[in-house]
Amino acid sequence: MSKQISLAEALSYIKDDMTVMIGGFLGVGTPETIIDGVIKKGVKNLTIIGNDTGFPTIGIGKLITNKLAKKVITSHIGTNPETGRQMNEKELEVELVPQGTLVERIRAGGAGLGGILTPTGIGTLVEENKQKLTIDGREFLLELPLKADVALILGAKVDTKGNVYYDQAARNFNPIMAMAAELVIVEAEEIVESGEINPNDVMTPSIFVDYIVKEGN
Amino acid sequence: MNTAQIKEIIARRVAKELADGYVVNLGIGLPTLVANYVPEGIEVILQSENGFIGMGSAPEAGEGHKNLVNAGGAPVTVIPGAAFFDSATSFAIIRGGHVDATVLGALQVDEKGNLANWMVPGDMVPGMGGAMDLVVGAKRVIVAMTHTAKGKAKILKECTLPLTAKAQVNLIVTEMGVMAVEAEGLILKEINPAFTIEEVQAQTEAKLIIPEDLIKMEI
Repeated sequence: MSKQISLAEALSYIKDDMTVMIGGFLGVGTPETIIDGVIKKGVKNLTIIGNDTGFPTIGIGKLITNKLAKKVITSHIGTNPETGRQMNEKELEVELVPQGTLVERIRAGGAGLGGILTPTGIGTLVEENKQKLTIDGREFLLELPLKADVALILGAKVDTKGNVYYDQAARNFNPIMAMAAELVIVEAEEIVESGEINPNDVMTPSIFVDYIVKEGN
Repeated sequence: MNTAQIKEIIARRVAKELADGYVVNLGIGLPTLVANYVPEGIEVILQSENGFIGMGSAPEAGEGHKNLVNAGGAPVTVIPGAAFFDSATSFAIIRGGHVDATVLGALQVDEKGNLANWMVPGDMVPGMGGAMDLVVGAKRVIVAMTHTAKGKAKILKECTLPLTAKAQVNLIVTEMGVMAVEAEGLILKEINPAFTIEEVQAQTEAKLIIPEDLIKMEI
């Protein structure tokens, strides 16, 4: 059975007030077709989890520009001045998380862990209101898992069962987010028959993927 | 010295800190230039936090690929033997002590090795990106920056801006000299012969310790 659905059906699963993880790094590896659909549908009050907020007209940045988010959990907003403006005007809540901590929190969410311990952020603003533990004489911060209602990811080649192959630096957060959401929708640059991706080359196993949408649909 | 000359002096000097086989992460901006001056016979493996090792130079105009950019979003290439991976692996490399040296810019750095380079409250809040992980995890942290900003000292007794990490900086390279963060304080290891010790100290808020074997920086 193929997991491919129409963009319209995919959008029916993305609703107001949801927490949505979106793959990509400055737009590279971000499912732009689904994002454009979310904007067209006008889904509101999203909590977005993503590495960065892209650029005003690229990637997650487009959702910010269209004021569809109430909160973003991200490591970097510097390439999108609109995120900073909305944050300063108190229109948007921004939780800044070190990049390595962000990806590990997402991984913990998907891997059934109660959190992770990291030395990153010790002695900085990041440690505020967080529990510290000393392990073998070194201080660590307890960082809690992140989960989402929906993860939107981009694959270069996806088979009809949902096995995903990523291209070059477009992999980034995508395979980690694919494990951490209730519903995972992968936008595929190319959809192939089951069996056409060598099992050795599968980067996200099909069981993590619920639906597939063709890019440019 | 114009800005381009200053950047070249700094990048050339930082490049001499790299040893054969080093895994190196270069920050965006001035640190990126270090790759142009890696000494002959030294092979370093450049790590890019968006998910690969073996980063090469920028492609010819129009030759880039949309899925192959550096952590600043600029098109790059990869060298033979490169490898791509996800962000969890990328930061396992970074945080896990598998990066031999990271080179970053700074807004402020102080004599205890504290670094501030991710925000100016009320003015500029770009976020820390991967900087906090890099500074905590890399075996050596090298700050590459102009000695002052608009005439104001950046090398301080104590950082006033929010920190990126506490006591992690090992070396500071500017157009005026090379400074090492040691237990006894900030040691001026090398000086650009265009400046006197007094001139360097006048542009530095932290007290510089002048060793007997102060070396002239090769320009």
